[in-house]
Amino acid sequence: MRPSDAFLAVTGGLGFILAGLLAGYPLAEAGRRDARLALESQLVAELGLTDLCLSTEARYTRHLSQADLFSAFQDHPRSLEHFPSGALLPPPGILTSRGGPGGGEDRP
Amino acid sequence: MSSFERQRAFLDYTLASLVRRKAKNGALVLAYALVVFLIASVMFFSRALRTEGQAVLAGAPELVVQRMLAGRFDTIPASYAVSIGKIRGVSQVEPRLWGYYFNRAVGATFTVLGLPDFAHADNEIVAGPAAAKAWTNLQEGRYLFRTFKGDSAGFTPVQVLPEETRLVSADLIIMSETAFRQVFGLPEGQYTDLAVNVRNPQEMQTVTEKIQREHPDTRPIQREEILRTYESVFEWRGGMVIVVFTGAALAFFIFAWDKATGLSAEERHEIGILKALGWDTSDVLVMKFWEGLAISLTSFLLGTIAAYAHVFLADAGLFAQALKGWSVLYVDFPLSPVVSLTELLALFFLSVVPYTFITVIPAWRAAITDPDTVMRAS
Repeated sequence: MRPSDAFLAVTGGLGFILAGLLAGYPLAEAGRRDARLALESQLVAELGLTDLCLSTEARYTRHLSQADLFSAFQDHPRSLEHFPSGALLPPPGILTSRGGPGGGEDRP
Repeated sequence: MSSFERQRAFLDYTLASLVRRKAKNGALVLAYALVVFLIASVMFFSRALRTEGQAVLAGAPELVVQRMLAGRFDTIPASYAVSIGKIRGVSQVEPRLWGYYFNRAVGATFTVLGLPDFAHADNEIVAGPAAAKAWTNLQEGRYLFRTFKGDSAGFTPVQVLPEETRLVSADLIIMSETAFRQVFGLPEGQYTDLAVNVRNPQEMQTVTEKIQREHPDTRPIQREEILRTYESVFEWRGGMVIVVFTGAALAFFIFAWDKATGLSAEERHEIGILKALGWDTSDVLVMKFWEGLAISLTSFLLGTIAAYAHVFLADAGLFAQALKGWSVLYVDFPLSPVVSLTELLALFFLSVVPYTFITVIPAWRAAITDPDTVMRAS
């Protein structure tokens, strides 16, 4: 076997596996995924849920979209945000907007 | 010889040459694939989370109205629901009761929901899957709550929410409105917030403005803002993880750049011999092009397949905690295999194309020099 044949066979095989994963796996998972999404959506609509349950340690990490405007320093005056997941949440838009405080959105 | 056969002959030669330095090139492919794996994993993971969030929260309340007091979230009186219900365009106003309960025994915070039309008795509750596992202070099978008065109230769990819904329900405890008021001491006629439905979605902005005009102490949150919040959270988190990996990626790029742009003495010697044997400069460049492509394409395919398997088949075990969030109640949930082809193509062009081309430049420099000089210099 020529080296180029081996190379084409290996890369072709890997490409085929990748295409199979990208196209085939979501199809194979579709039934389970749709059933789960339907259940989740039903629960969200029935209970009027607003947030994903990602981090449960504080209200500004549990209900990101409903948190107080001045989170994350909200536990008491001058309290520093100290939860590990807080480090992975973006600061409110007002702090990062180009115009600085007062120049952007006021949502957390 | 046809053009195709000619290119195959170049590829044969290139591969044979790569195999001669198999340890060095094997290590390069492995490190290259690892970098692609890390970047692709973050990309797949944050895209899947974003898609999941958008799909699940599409049914969230259209508009949530909170009352603010001294800049903080406060309870809202039922009279607000009546006056907001009278605004033209509003089809329904539903006062909601929800809050947080910190369980000292578990050391975790749970989300408690009080429903006016709860299907079970006042001394019964429905628990989310993580809450049901975590709640350990039980008395005769009942969940013990410490009420606002300091006494304890026991609730019998009658149902656990399906495990599949844990992305939205993991820490939930659902009880009747009466039980909620009994535990938290919230007076009658006071609610946590209002969920408002608007007849025509195009009137959402007008309704929001009217609510704020009529009740300046309220803060309306539209569903689009909720969805935007999650979009930005996952982008931010993905970015944070990429930043953590940047050091490793940078080290690799320096190594790859050095490897690709600086030819070894052996490689210079080889180019000199090829030129002396009658190879054109363009032939040497084609050979180097195939070398760069073989290494980068193999690494891209290996890294991407491994990343896909890691994220969707192995639940992203390597960095799921950082991306999903951290808490006492550890929330674990499945992800839908959703991949953005645009992002994948961007990764392909960023990983395969630059390496392929930077390998050609030093070869070109060596190939345009006189073979004798090249061989003597090496």
